[in-house]
Amino acid sequence: MSVVLEVQSLTKGFTMHHLNSYLAAFSDVSFDLNAGEFLLLKGHNGAGKSTLLRTLYRTYLAQSGQALFHSQHGVIDLLRAADVDLALLRRSEIGFVTQFLVARPRVSAEALVAEPLRRAAWDTASAQQEARHWLQAFGVKQSLWRAYPTTFSGGEQQKVNLARALILPQKLLLLDEPTASLDAGARAALVARLAELKSNGTAMIGVFHHPDDVAHLIDRVIDLTPEAQQNKEVPDVVV
Amino acid sequence: MTLTLNPPRLVATDALLQISNVSKSYGAVNAVRDVSATVYPGEVLGIVGESGSGKSTLLRMMNLEEIPDSGTYTLDLPEVSGNLFDLDRFARRMLCAKRIGIVYQNPHLGLLMDHTSSGNVAERLLVAGERRFGELRARAQDALAASEFPLERLDDPPRDLSGGMQQRVQLAKAIALEPALLLLDEPTTGLDVSVQALVLDTLKRLQQERQITMVLVSHDLGVIRTLADRVMVMRRGQVVEAGLVDQIFQDPQHPYTQQLVHAKL
Repeated sequence: MSVVLEVQSLTKGFTMHHLNSYLAAFSDVSFDLNAGEFLLLKGHNGAGKSTLLRTLYRTYLAQSGQALFHSQHGVIDLLRAADVDLALLRRSEIGFVTQFLVARPRVSAEALVAEPLRRAAWDTASAQQEARHWLQAFGVKQSLWRAYPTTFSGGEQQKVNLARALILPQKLLLLDEPTASLDAGARAALVARLAELKSNGTAMIGVFHHPDDVAHLIDRVIDLTPEAQQNKEVPDVVV
Repeated sequence: MTLTLNPPRLVATDALLQISNVSKSYGAVNAVRDVSATVYPGEVLGIVGESGSGKSTLLRMMNLEEIPDSGTYTLDLPEVSGNLFDLDRFARRMLCAKRIGIVYQNPHLGLLMDHTSSGNVAERLLVAGERRFGELRARAQDALAASEFPLERLDDPPRDLSGGMQQRVQLAKAIALEPALLLLDEPTTGLDVSVQALVLDTLKRLQQERQITMVLVSHDLGVIRTLADRVMVMRRGQVVEAGLVDQIFQDPQHPYTQQLVHAKL
């Protein structure tokens, strides 16, 4: 299996200048991730699961450590890569899936879903056809495809968001509770799409409130609760 | 402390715009102090900061309206090389007319208020050398249509138009020649919220359809978040922080940026 990501001694915290304080999120986290592997992040609320995903996506800046991503252009440290390099990777190799849609006024559901394909230079007609296929797969009613999702219900927006986020296969996919508040049909479609992407080699790191949904996809679990993190230092055999 | 970022490695194209170590003072006031910025083709760079932070002065330098006391400016275009601040007035004016579009907050700065709207756009094409009447009119109309200006008002002068419409005429004038660089100085400030959303939407659409390289100055974080890929935060003439737009909004590092982001409604 080829390695996709090597995370070494990753530490993240937040300096809050107005409180003159530093809040540690997690420290010294290390793991490797191979193509087609699914890693589940575990830990109670506030253990830093989502923070870890955002740090790898560079929405957050890390304090220290290294995250070597094996991009098609070569190996690059996500924690230190230039902003424009990160922007390029986000367009082509690293996806982030949340439950929230960033809708824009006067942009239709199918145009939003087709956008990642358009950016990857698909022609308008094929991008639209593919977008419609995924809207259908996630159970968005056909009458809504050309409507503006700004006015959709939360559930429908979420389906549009998933279709958009998963339409283009990525090398690395970061999943931040994508199943929360999703109906059964859409959840099944999501799990099926993740399984398909995984079998095609996408590496995934996920945070799930109810990991049962994706239990059969999970290869490994990392527990981010501080106690578990300390225990990892303890040797297996205690004399 | 967070990590220091490396120079770009994956992006294969050269930067379109590179402005380096520019400074400008007016008497005792340092309007811009040692500022550098790089913009890649197809990117939108946002510059945010309060009044007097130097952001508009920096934008006027990019439009070659303002020449700094020191620093250099290059654009990766076939017809120019070297420091653009060294060009003579005529060469600067031709370069701006042909390659750089600008939309000002105040439409009086960008438009002749008593000429027709289509005439305002056509004037830009005239300056760049187009002389055929039919071509002028057709291209002005195309640009106004792309800016979502109501074509039945083509011959109305800007003084008879609403603020939102005036901004669309400015935008049409700015994009008529398909500029390599589009500069936007508070393009939606002062408009009604609903009108602001529509103008922003037009800008976003144009950017996505044509991959226009943009530099956008605004004190409005919402405007920056909607349009920009990367942001530079300015204060008292200096850049305090720069980063990807989601990072600046969700994990600001500098005390001033934290204050700014937390003050957002």
